[in-house]
Amino acid sequence: MTPPDIAIIGGGNAALCAAITAAEAGARVLILETAPKPYRGGNSRHTRNFRCMHHGPLGPLVDSYTEEEYLADLMKVTGGKTDEGLARLAIRTSEECLPWMQEHGVRFQPSLSGTLSLARTNAFFLGGGKSLVNAYYRTAEALGVQVEYEAAVTHLELDDDHVTRIDYTQNGKTHSITPKSVVVASGGFQADTDWLARAWGPAAKNFLIRGTPYNRGIVLADLLDQGIEQVGDPTQCHAVAIDGRAPKFDGGIVTRLDCVPFSIVVNKDAQRFYDEGEDVWPKRYAIWGRLVAAQPDQVGYVIIDAKSLELFMPSVFPPIKADTLEELAEKMGLPAEALVQTVTEFNNACGDTSGFHPTELDGVSTTGLTPPKTNWARPITEPPFYGYSLRTGVTFTYLGLKVDERAQCSIGNRPVANLWAAGETMAGSILGQGYLAGFGMTIGTVFGRIAGKEAAAHANAN
Amino acid sequence: MQMQTDLLQEARRQAEICNACRYCEGYCSVFPALHAERAFSEGDLTQLANLCHNCRGCYYACQYTASHEFELNLPQALANVRQDSWEELAFPRAAGKAFQKNGVLIAVATVIGFALLFWAMRALASAGGEGFYAVLSHNAMVAIFLPAFLFPLVSIAVSLRRYWHHVDAAPFRPAHLVAALRQAANMKNLKGGHGDGCNFEDEDRFTHARRAVHQAVMYGFLLCFAATSVATVMHYGFGMHAPYGIFSLPKLLGLSGGVLLVVGCFEMIRLKLRSDRALGAAGAFGGEVAFIGLLGFVGLSGLALYALGQTALLPAALAIHLGAVLAFFLLTPFTKMAHGFYRLAALTADAGRRS
Repeated sequence: MTPPDIAIIGGGNAALCAAITAAEAGARVLILETAPKPYRGGNSRHTRNFRCMHHGPLGPLVDSYTEEEYLADLMKVTGGKTDEGLARLAIRTSEECLPWMQEHGVRFQPSLSGTLSLARTNAFFLGGGKSLVNAYYRTAEALGVQVEYEAAVTHLELDDDHVTRIDYTQNGKTHSITPKSVVVASGGFQADTDWLARAWGPAAKNFLIRGTPYNRGIVLADLLDQGIEQVGDPTQCHAVAIDGRAPKFDGGIVTRLDCVPFSIVVNKDAQRFYDEGEDVWPKRYAIWGRLVAAQPDQVGYVIIDAKSLELFMPSVFPPIKADTLEELAEKMGLPAEALVQTVTEFNNACGDTSGFHPTELDGVSTTGLTPPKTNWARPITEPPFYGYSLRTGVTFTYLGLKVDERAQCSIGNRPVANLWAAGETMAGSILGQGYLAGFGMTIGTVFGRIAGKEAAAHANAN
Repeated sequence: MQMQTDLLQEARRQAEICNACRYCEGYCSVFPALHAERAFSEGDLTQLANLCHNCRGCYYACQYTASHEFELNLPQALANVRQDSWEELAFPRAAGKAFQKNGVLIAVATVIGFALLFWAMRALASAGGEGFYAVLSHNAMVAIFLPAFLFPLVSIAVSLRRYWHHVDAAPFRPAHLVAALRQAANMKNLKGGHGDGCNFEDEDRFTHARRAVHQAVMYGFLLCFAATSVATVMHYGFGMHAPYGIFSLPKLLGLSGGVLLVVGCFEMIRLKLRSDRALGAAGAFGGEVAFIGLLGFVGLSGLALYALGQTALLPAALAIHLGAVLAFFLLTPFTKMAHGFYRLAALTADAGRRS
């Protein structure tokens, strides 16, 4: 094989955007994907949409979504913990990305049922993220990009401000290559639960990992150990509350539970701990991951009754069902007496429910209860009763590589001459905390294309 | 009827996962129908299975295919239920069970068809006439083919009635049938939602190959059928008897239809040989290929008959063509041919659900 000009570490959205852009600029590109082919694409396999600024209708998107509104949405969820320059770059560039994605094989569809609130801001991939990944691989391979699967990068050799060599293993053999440019797009470290536990404490062992088991942060750790500039807090991540019965890895979208607003949520002592009705679920699901993580054994239990069962999207696991609260408590391993007491106190605190409206903030709230439930507070009285367990599901971690507006990594105060990063591995540069639906794919697409362009320019000039 | 519970249970398990994901909503008619339910009865699953055109878009887009522990393969799960429903709804049921998955039996039936026609030509010698009728009289042909044509119609009518009740469809409305015919006419469900086609012969690559080939077969068949219908009207309505000249309507329709049918069937078999069989119904491949072979042979022997019409081979060619047609007619309710009727019923019922 001809030695590549550019090596791209990772095989998801950001890696593919970089590979396609670099190949179109005339460079010979090699993708080193650590997963086997059926699992290629990292967390992009599980994604479903792309948050996109636009002036006027664009593709599947209606109305307009301005830079300022987009930025305000980001500021709200991150509490201002963002690099505004990079954030604006991502937002501004997103508009030209959507047609670029279409030109390179991505197909969109109208918002999925149950997500109509996102029709203006988020463009949904037809078939989801894996179809996007498939389309990009087809496009990349047609451009001559070489793809190696099950190629696990173990080390990047750094000489002053240059990456001089990449070591990887494949089929038990070690290989070394010396590309002119390197793009790191291999995600966060969330699948390495030991690393998570070092940051979070032993509680992290109870977390579920929603995405790929291959993002173990090996390249990230290798680079940080060598003094490449880092960004982000190791405890920050995109984490949501998901069905406690989900698989340890790769459960993806189907493990989400949308029933919290119509429920009460208790911990393993059958005590409530947060306002379940604080806001509509799309604006609250991302905080519940951390709320559950703070409870004993990192577990929560959702309790609803028969009248709420059909108000939310079905989830992949059927609820636990019982004719009485005592029976439900027993089936869920909760103290029965305490659960009955908690439900009774909650029911007594409910008032007039005639204004109940499942899709709007209806103000149907409890009085005199701590914590309160400020919307959708209806007494839990109508058997059968249903329960789900909740656990913290981590999507990706935010500790990563610090980049500039050219997606370039740095060491000390200098840029590394031939090293760029894109996607989740550098998303912490923009996401200090919190999450905005569809923004991960925006960061990956925008910075993947930038990294590919810069890496190709460097390779073509050297 | 007694559908196989293991197949239904597997389809139900997968449908419940799909209903929690919904990423594939835009591909075809199956997903909006699936997402409208929270629980899946036997009838619901049968309807979804017959809406599915096995385009495979959802399979290649799915993040839960094996080796993921959810092991989704919805095209296969629905194909298994669909195949089972055709066998169970067939009238008589035993014939559906016998032929649907059995390519050898389809071939045997075709050979019996040939033999029957050779025998008929000897036993019912022609009372004189031109062309084909010199070999087998018009009345003898009618005596054989009228029942062979009416029987499948009755059988399919019974099956569709059973289907309609089984899936608990809304009352029939002609407008819904029109909507269904429109979808079938351009094979909307093989376009993939984005118009790039479906995934069939090369993993996740979208092409229009299967759609094009399917339409060649379908329109080829319809043109041939139209040729026969026109000829029947000419014969009885206008006293214009065969053989017809090359620029006559029956010949123009029959020749163009025959060529389309032969090319379509040949290409369809080639496509099927390239496709991943693990995404279709278990054990149905042989029966499907044998049926397509028979259909293509009907077209090919028809063209051969035209080519050999002026030679001494005419009687043999006629017996072989009519034998194939006879087998094809009689097997229609019990082979892949039935899928067209069930698909139309499913699309009609789906139009009713949406309205």
